[in-house]
Amino acid sequence: MTREHRNELLRSKGISNGERNASLFSGALVATALKQSFIKLNPKSMFRNPVMFTVEIGTLIMLLVCIYIATGAKDQGSFSYNLVVFLILLLTLLFANFAEAIAEARGKAQANSLRKTREETPAKKVELVGEIFMNEVHIVPSSSLRKGDLFICEAGDIIPIDGEIIEGLASIDESAITGESAPVIREAGGDKSSVTGGTKVLSDKIKVKVTTEPGESFLDKMIALVEGASRQKTPNEIALTILLAGFTLVFIIVCTTLKPFADYANTPITIAAFISLFVCLIPTTIGGLLSAIGIAGMDRALRANVITKSGKAVETAGDIDVLLLDKTGTITIGNRKATHFYPSKGIDEQHFLKCTVLSSMADETPEGKSIIELAAIDPATYQVADPHFIKFTAETKSSGINIGTDRIRKGAYDAIRDMVQKAGNTFPEDTLEQIKTISSKGGTPLVVAENDKVLGVIELQDIIKAGIRERFDRLRKMGVKTVMVTGDNPLTAKFIAEKAGVDDYIAEARPEDKMNYIRKEQESGKLVAMMGDGTNDAPALAQADVGVAMNSGTQAAKEAGNMVDLDNDPTKLIEIVEIGKQLLMTRGTLTTFSIANDVAKYFAIVPALFITFIPALQGLNIMRLHSPESAILSAVIFNAVIIPLLIPLALKGVAYKPVGASALLRRNLLIYGLGGVIIPFIGIKLIDLVVSLFL
Amino acid sequence: MSKELPGIILMFVLTLALAVPLGKYIARMYSGERSWTDKIFNPVERLFFRLSGIDPHKEMNWKEHMKHMLIINLVWFLSGMLVLMTQQYLPLNPDGNPNMSADLAFNTSISFVVNCNLQHYSGETGLSYLSQLFLMFLQFVSAGTGMAAAALLFNALKTRTTEKLGNFYDYFLKSCTRILLPLSVIVALVLLFNGTPMTFAGKDTITNLQGDTVQVSTGPAAAFIAIKHIGTNGGGFFGANAAHPFENPNYLTNMVLMMAQMIVPFAMIFALGYYLKRKKFAWVVFSVMTIGFLMLVIPNILMETRGNPLSAHMGIDMSKGAMEGKETRFGAAATGFWSIVTTVISTGSVNGMHDSTMPLSGMNELIAMMVNCFYGGCGVGILNFFIFIILAVFISGLMVGRTPEFMGKKIEAREMKIAMIVALLHPLLILAGTALAMALPQYTASTLSNPGFHGFSQALYEYTSSAANNGSGFEGLGDNTPWWNISTGIVLLLSRFLPIIGPVAIAGSLAAKKYTPESAGTLKTDSGTFGLMLFAVIAIVAALSFFPALTLGPIAEFFSLK
Repeated sequence: MTREHRNELLRSKGISNGERNASLFSGALVATALKQSFIKLNPKSMFRNPVMFTVEIGTLIMLLVCIYIATGAKDQGSFSYNLVVFLILLLTLLFANFAEAIAEARGKAQANSLRKTREETPAKKVELVGEIFMNEVHIVPSSSLRKGDLFICEAGDIIPIDGEIIEGLASIDESAITGESAPVIREAGGDKSSVTGGTKVLSDKIKVKVTTEPGESFLDKMIALVEGASRQKTPNEIALTILLAGFTLVFIIVCTTLKPFADYANTPITIAAFISLFVCLIPTTIGGLLSAIGIAGMDRALRANVITKSGKAVETAGDIDVLLLDKTGTITIGNRKATHFYPSKGIDEQHFLKCTVLSSMADETPEGKSIIELAAIDPATYQVADPHFIKFTAETKSSGINIGTDRIRKGAYDAIRDMVQKAGNTFPEDTLEQIKTISSKGGTPLVVAENDKVLGVIELQDIIKAGIRERFDRLRKMGVKTVMVTGDNPLTAKFIAEKAGVDDYIAEARPEDKMNYIRKEQESGKLVAMMGDGTNDAPALAQADVGVAMNSGTQAAKEAGNMVDLDNDPTKLIEIVEIGKQLLMTRGTLTTFSIANDVAKYFAIVPALFITFIPALQGLNIMRLHSPESAILSAVIFNAVIIPLLIPLALKGVAYKPVGASALLRRNLLIYGLGGVIIPFIGIKLIDLVVSLFL
Repeated sequence: MSKELPGIILMFVLTLALAVPLGKYIARMYSGERSWTDKIFNPVERLFFRLSGIDPHKEMNWKEHMKHMLIINLVWFLSGMLVLMTQQYLPLNPDGNPNMSADLAFNTSISFVVNCNLQHYSGETGLSYLSQLFLMFLQFVSAGTGMAAAALLFNALKTRTTEKLGNFYDYFLKSCTRILLPLSVIVALVLLFNGTPMTFAGKDTITNLQGDTVQVSTGPAAAFIAIKHIGTNGGGFFGANAAHPFENPNYLTNMVLMMAQMIVPFAMIFALGYYLKRKKFAWVVFSVMTIGFLMLVIPNILMETRGNPLSAHMGIDMSKGAMEGKETRFGAAATGFWSIVTTVISTGSVNGMHDSTMPLSGMNELIAMMVNCFYGGCGVGILNFFIFIILAVFISGLMVGRTPEFMGKKIEAREMKIAMIVALLHPLLILAGTALAMALPQYTASTLSNPGFHGFSQALYEYTSSAANNGSGFEGLGDNTPWWNISTGIVLLLSRFLPIIGPVAIAGSLAAKKYTPESAGTLKTDSGTFGLMLFAVIAIVAALSFFPALTLGPIAEFFSLK
């Protein structure tokens, strides 16, 4: 899969690369965000953010002070100084709004680019005539389709809306959504019945039932999550808001009580100084960036082609303790492949090969194909008359071919053994040994027999994906336990689990085993994530704390999980966990930074408040700032500009490194804690040098 | 000075060495494990429970705990007021001291119930012996209350999900009988052998060297002074508190009394470690507290032994340190040390005048009480510290990319709400109290014995001391007026019970939560890194709240001292 390929496809649909892979501040986004920054000044929307709401009140008071001075008051300092303070506070508000707006705009653009692919596509709707559905097809715009409607798609058609195939089978190009260019097969019944709007039917014809009302698809829900109106604060966001509101209250107390203190000490303080002190001390940096961080988290998930149904799910992903992964497709590449042929003692190798190839001639499974590939013999070279193919069934657990009276069978060990022993023959010792060896190495033995006599055994092996071991190591360092789920027997499962480096495995897994495992882990207090696609995965997906349904999966699975992966990529869970951790870390580090900043701000503003009347306090002016006015201005300017400077970090997220919690804390404490103490000292001093030129 | 320092260090190390095994004993006691003291105390406690009809095995949830705590405290408070306001008519009043005024009795009774002992009276003239004995009883039970609440916290942090958190009276009574009482007996004996009186006789008459006859107050002091320190109460038997020669006769008693106030708060930290089988975590907590303590106490010893430059200008010998307001039998270093011990721990007994310490020493005494959790009072020190643990865990939990958890329990909005309310309360009470006092000079201006910055410090100190339930004062402040009695009384009430209920509520809510086992991604709270974070949170929260007020008080005074 390549991103370039996907972008090319999108371009061909008239969607610019910029919308899909927007750089942090592309022109159109900035314009929208700038407009939004002003709209968001509405106190009603500001009220959601207690920290910035108090800043808004402070700004209004400064506006009144400016008017008051303009009418001739003398005791509050010069008009221009107060006006500048007012403007900087207004800027602080706008910067904070801009952070939220740009995050929203990016998220929306991302979601829209996915949605655009499916808007206003002509749909071949199947109309109801009388009491029954007739194949009377009308072309209608996709937007007029409602849940429960039926439509038909043929080769070359774009699927107008999400739905479930109720009839037929088709190969579909899903590259518009997933970026994967290889077509996929979707068919009615079973776990691969779901089709997505915007994808293209390449062959055959399907009848599809619409599963969502317009405006209620997962993507629509996601867009609503990003937009201010229906965005709900996540539990952790609420807890953090309480912390920040608490700090804001502390500083309301500090600043209000300072008035009588200063009066006692005969040091009048201007309103501008009070408000500046207050605004600088409350955690405006994190307060201004908090919602942007949350939106950016969902946006990052979307960039990874994962649609989240709530912000909470992303947050929970960061806490995951146990990850359930299907073996096939996640840990191993697709299907098993034949790797060796072992003829039984006394059997001619060429004959064994011939029978093997013949038995696999009609075998369309990847395993069957891999056998012919390994043998490197074209079955057509064997001239066989009147072949009769025996299909694999769950009862016989074998397949094969009848040529005349010759019966060649290929199948699982126990099935062939029963067949051979029923006929009165013995199972060769050496082949039995070989089968045991293959099983213990994690392979799957397929025994080949001719006329109820064993010829030999084929070894099928799982191919473990390159780099998967490293990913599991990374997860282990994050504290996430990985569990492989497989239908294999315990011996095979154990071997692959060890080879791939997973911590645990569920062998011979039935759907309810997954469910039980999740329940067991949850009872011991762990948070579990899993990925699934089938209808029988739905209960487990619902039970898991983070359930990621594949987009190709059934509607039931998609409804049950709390995320949908558009790429159908089972390793995506690993990315999701990291996105969740990044989200929390970004909140934590910026909170630390914001609060640590206060130390320097105090040393700038507190001496400035009192120096005029208590010259002895010059000793506290350790930054040697130019004058009380320049000190206060420098502090508020620093406080304002630090917000836009940190927007990129808020949107991108703090990088997560799986080095263990203590090392991570040390690192972040050093960068954002110590850095948060030092940087404003430097920043405020520099700003003061510039500001003092104008005073 | 060269001889004074080793004495202090030896005393500190000795206290620590005794506190570790005592902590182990306390942990075993709260867990209900058998110990050799059962033989002595079981019959006593059984008798008490039989007489009172309390079933000590009935487990309570945190709300029931708090209900019982508040009720029993209300009973003590009301009986305290009754005794103080009628002492004139009651027995054991050989000196014929009068009844207390209502506002003073209100303040006194509250301040003893809440383990503060802000004394706006002098014991010699203000109290009968019966009142003194009743206050001594309050010193036991108030310390026991704090310890019982801490025991509940220990219980709540165990790795299981429950609402049943032991029995309040069981924890409370055991704390009194098995810890406070035996330790007090030991300290009282030391005092007795060094000359502290223990008598019910009235004033003694002595003839001094000049030939004048002097009336000297005595009383049942030794017993009273022992629990005053063991229970981190700090209320003196005599007005001059531990500077009085009967309360603290010599260098040895001075050291023993310092050990007495440190031992239980130290031991409670280690008890936490033993109880939860997280000894390393206990050491992290102890280290954070000790770093904070040292950062306050070392400058104080230095500043006090260096002397006052203004006095030096006047030609006064400063070689023994700033001796104004200090006792020569203790010296500047030991007094400087005591000034921080008594303020970090909410004792509040003084062996010299804090009002006369150097400006920044005074600031450190204030900071010690503003932080109020570097060791802290009996039991409540841990509770106060717990709030900072919650805040630090929350921020650092986020920084390692997990929703925050402590001891396997998730910290969520509810816990944060309570923690923030408690964290807010302390600066609110101190700053709002002081602001009111400053804004209403008609009630306060005449009570400040100094003008300018120091006068402001006196008011700030009085409210800080009340809010920290400390009880020491920048005396010189004329604090026996209705304004001070009532306003500090209210501060005392709020600052005692809310900071107990808050942490207990958090603990109760955590106990009821699902336990999550640790993984490699979990924040380790028993690491030095977390200790650093914890210290930073405490330092920043305290500094941020109080920096402007301190600037106008001790800092301005310091810079003016040229």
